[in-house]
Amino acid sequence: MKILVCITHVPDTTSKISFTENNTKFDTTGVQYIIGPYDDYSLARAIELKEQHGGSVTVVNVGEAETEPTIRKALAIGADDAIRINAHPSDSFFVAQQIASVVKEGGYDLVLMGRESIDYNGGQVHGMVGELVNMPSISPVMQLDIEGDTAKLSREIEGGKEQLEVKLPFIAGCQEPIAEWKIPNMRGIMMARKKPLDVRDPADNEQMTDTVRYELPPPKGEVKMFSADELDALVQALKNEANVL
Amino acid sequence: MAIVALVEDSDGKIKKSSIEAVVYAAALAKQISEDEVVALALGNQVSSEELEGLGKFGANRVLHANDERLNQGVIQAYASVVDQAMNETGANVLILAKSSLGDPVASRVAIKQQAALGANVVELPDLSDGFVVKSSIYTGKAFAHTKLDRDKKIIALRKNAITPEEGEGKATVEAFNPSLSDADFGATITNTEKSEGDILLPEADIVVSGGRGLKGSENWGMIEELADTLGAATGCSKPVSDIGWRPHHEHVGQTGVKVSPSLYVAVGISGAIQHLAGVNSSKYILVVNQDAEAPFFKAADYGVVGDAFEIVPQLTEKIKASQN
Ligand SMILES: Cc1cc2nc3c(=O)[nH]c(=O)nc-3n(C[C@H](O)[C@H](O)[C@H](O)COP(=O)(O)OP(=O)(O)OC[C@H]3O[C@@H](n4cnc5c(N)ncnc54)[C@H](O)[C@@H]3O)c2cc1C
Repeated sequence: MKILVCITHVPDTTSKISFTENNTKFDTTGVQYIIGPYDDYSLARAIELKEQHGGSVTVVNVGEAETEPTIRKALAIGADDAIRINAHPSDSFFVAQQIASVVKEGGYDLVLMGRESIDYNGGQVHGMVGELVNMPSISPVMQLDIEGDTAKLSREIEGGKEQLEVKLPFIAGCQEPIAEWKIPNMRGIMMARKKPLDVRDPADNEQMTDTVRYELPPPKGEVKMFSADELDALVQALKNEANVL
Repeated sequence: MAIVALVEDSDGKIKKSSIEAVVYAAALAKQISEDEVVALALGNQVSSEELEGLGKFGANRVLHANDERLNQGVIQAYASVVDQAMNETGANVLILAKSSLGDPVASRVAIKQQAALGANVVELPDLSDGFVVKSSIYTGKAFAHTKLDRDKKIIALRKNAITPEEGEGKATVEAFNPSLSDADFGATITNTEKSEGDILLPEADIVVSGGRGLKGSENWGMIEELADTLGAATGCSKPVSDIGWRPHHEHVGQTGVKVSPSLYVAVGISGAIQHLAGVNSSKYILVVNQDAEAPFFKAADYGVVGDAFEIVPQLTEKIKASQN
């Protein structure tokens, strides 16, 4: 089975977010980059599926040279090879087009990615790729098993979950608890250096949106503290000040 | 021309987030001098009366694809119906709620319609220089102002971003018969498990969440009672669902459900940054924690330092008393 896993290169979940150049650029000072947490789940599941069914796992990232350590980490976790599309991921449509061209060429049985990136939280790329290559796309996927040419999976819905069946090939946007994250070991890290990383130029340069500026939420006011014997006052505040009761 | 709003229902009742989509569509129609607001409903579980009622929120017309195969949200089939409805009405704009169905449907329709898609949008667009939407990014830690650079536009609206007000009016309901092929049902839904009668967590106006401080699933009764009293949904922190004290779909945060209620009540939750990421767009946050140094107090509007086992039952009683 040939599996493609799409990974994002995103600021660590604990990063402080700020902007420079009059709120038009993300401030990377002191920011640690990681594989998108949801992508990490897809990668972990892809490696488990390879262990069960044989085949290969390729990772793809749309990004400039600075994403290579993130890609190498995916190789150290167990992907066999990698593709980097050498371009700034300017919007979801642009990224989806790049991934779609890799999917079309590669003859993959399964394309996995995170349900969303943790920077833009768009949750759009899986559906766009699915439509561009005319395959079913399913998200957010919490469980995924393959039997022959059929996948059995479950998807989170508001207040519950849904079980589905779909024939390969298809695209899935994944989330926990699809697999346990895998941590690279020393051997993996050593091997990752030698695994192939193919750098390609973007297939197309079209985008449909343009982010013009950023904004931070207004700072929080001071918290109002109540002691255990002031709960009446708390209820009054919730009722009359916050108007939520 | 028209603006189409996709409405999802849950067992025949239109979801609150979809009503918000209709209200947003109506407000946008005013802003861009568009006269037709068309709501699109799928499946045969939702009644005509329920659909006519969308008139009160600003819809003029409702297209109803009254087909049993659409009772369940098969992503491709939904995308195909929405695409056909946009063509039929000549719509340039589609509004839908960001949801487990809204997101994947929006992205497929964006390709079909060659439409620019704004995800996680929190307010009406700014039209002073193009069509610019404000979206929540970095899991609520920032906003992006994004220009939608195509004639056709799709807006996936964050839940609770706007407050629907009920007006007057009745929408006319028309049957809509899209053509659907087997390929649209490439994925088959074999089973659905839903928690019965609960208020849907992502849509709830008040959420009461418990963390590891509650020490065990057997202690959730007091959380549920407080939630019942407030008409709230219940949530939890990630370790709580990892240990299995609560189901996974209740886990709130960066890797779980994002909520944006009027009031978020956090009991025995430390306030790790990944948890805050799912709740930081709540209007008000009340924290109950025995540790005065818990980081959650920094993000809270109201706080009580104390043992949850003492505070929560008392608070529930006092809220009950205040409701009488
Ligand atoms: C990539 C990543 C993603 C993550 N995503 C999420 C996420 O989506 N959601 C999430 O929640 N976490 C997430 N986490 C985990 C997160 O970092 C924290 O570990 C978690 O939120 C802690 O949960 P907690 O506050 O319930 O437990 P704890 O950290 O154990 O805190 C328990 C709190 O309860 C208080 N307490 C104890 N007893 C009482 C009592 N009797 N009365 C009152 N208070 C009491 C304590 O003072 C303490 O503050 C993520 C972590 C990572 C690395």
